[in-house]
Amino acid sequence: MSSVRVLVGTRKGAFILNADGPQQNWEVSGPHFAGWEMYHLKGSPVDPNRIYASQTSGWFGQVIQRSDDGGKTWMTPDGMPAPAPGAPPAGRSNRFLYQGEVGTHKWYDGTQHPWEFKRVWHLEPSLTDPETVYAGVEDAAIFKSVDGGKSWAELPSLRAAKGHLWQPGAGGMAVHTILLDPKNPQRIFIAISAAGVFRTDDGGATWQPINKGLKSPYELPDPDAEVGHCVHRIAFHPSRPDTLFMQKHWDVMRTDNAGDEWREISGNLPTDFGFPIDVHAHDPDTSYVVPIKNDSEHFPPDGKLRVYRSKTGGDEWEPLTQGLPQENCYVNVLRDAMAVDSLDECGIYFGTTGGQVYASTNSGDSWKAIVRDLPAVLSVEVQTLP
Amino acid sequence: MIRVVLPYHLRNLARVGDEVQVEVGGPVTIGSVLDALEARYPALQGTIRDHGTLCRRPFVRFFACKEDLSLEPAETPLPDAIINGREPFMIVGAMAGG
Repeated sequence: MSSVRVLVGTRKGAFILNADGPQQNWEVSGPHFAGWEMYHLKGSPVDPNRIYASQTSGWFGQVIQRSDDGGKTWMTPDGMPAPAPGAPPAGRSNRFLYQGEVGTHKWYDGTQHPWEFKRVWHLEPSLTDPETVYAGVEDAAIFKSVDGGKSWAELPSLRAAKGHLWQPGAGGMAVHTILLDPKNPQRIFIAISAAGVFRTDDGGATWQPINKGLKSPYELPDPDAEVGHCVHRIAFHPSRPDTLFMQKHWDVMRTDNAGDEWREISGNLPTDFGFPIDVHAHDPDTSYVVPIKNDSEHFPPDGKLRVYRSKTGGDEWEPLTQGLPQENCYVNVLRDAMAVDSLDECGIYFGTTGGQVYASTNSGDSWKAIVRDLPAVLSVEVQTLP
Repeated sequence: MIRVVLPYHLRNLARVGDEVQVEVGGPVTIGSVLDALEARYPALQGTIRDHGTLCRRPFVRFFACKEDLSLEPAETPLPDAIINGREPFMIVGAMAGG
């Protein structure tokens, strides 16, 4: 029987949750890297025991960790002393240097400001090679490793896609989403808070903004602005990668032509502000969002934690509440903190800033907390294991 | 050998105890001690000073013989008590939590 492993990144460490077959009992391992901010952990689709993790600290900067045994033990990929004099230099696995002239982007006051690496927000392992992994970083850029995270090189042309006009929002300016197209190895989608969505069709050599149809009238008075949209998250179903769903700062959006044009599908949502969005593992038209009140009050409306599901590709949404707190709940669900497994019934998982991780084993019909009282959850990923 | 005391999180990262010892060839300065430390424990590269600029990270401080050397240039010679091992060179995480 298949099982699942849930990888949880929090403000104060990482946790790994393993379930028995029917998911009645969960074993919680952690905290791993206690005291560090664990922005994201994700396993290789090719080798599930290969897990990459982003470990960061305001004091000590960025560290990349890797496990080759499903999270039991960890290593910094290039953190061992050089084996012999003259050997290649070590200590490169946390070296994220922008390529070429660093350049500038737009600062809060409208002036130009140099790019400065701060942290890795998101790690996206290759669909075909466990040694290859992409990193989305703040200040916004994408890096690639082809040696298991030992060393990293920027794909610099992303920042050439009008990067001088990108301006950080309150949460910073980061590449927070990376989607690798399973049907076209040359195509990658990325999303940047306060800049928008970008696509490459040539493996990262060139990138173009794909934000037509997004409307941000208060932040961007120019209705034709190519960049500057505050995209919180994008998701697709692997079988239909030209259809993407988006949770924007305000508005839930959809494209059916790989981002060439977007249309709004917020429909009857109680509020169209939120952070995560995800797609059912077996139904490409079923998606999930967690609306929160507004951009000033990052918690659910009326203190009721409700996941909304659309089975119609958008516009028509139903609240999913069974097992979720329906009073006095004022947590948030961050953009990288929702994931789906690929079991027959499709499990849905999300973590909150209040430290709960909720799971549904039936596509969202009912929920239960599989762990409580963790530090604020930054990210949730799930692995479906054979 | 130069004794170096690391902050808690960096001890865990390097998988060492409270204190490590490094051998420094040539003049014993802030920079040469950090060079030796990072060569012996490459996992620490980038955590004490930036990879590119080698500037001290803002919330990391350096102390020797109760003197704060954090703002001194990397080529600053360290006191004899550090060189002969009577005192450790201390790398400290600044109190900056709030």
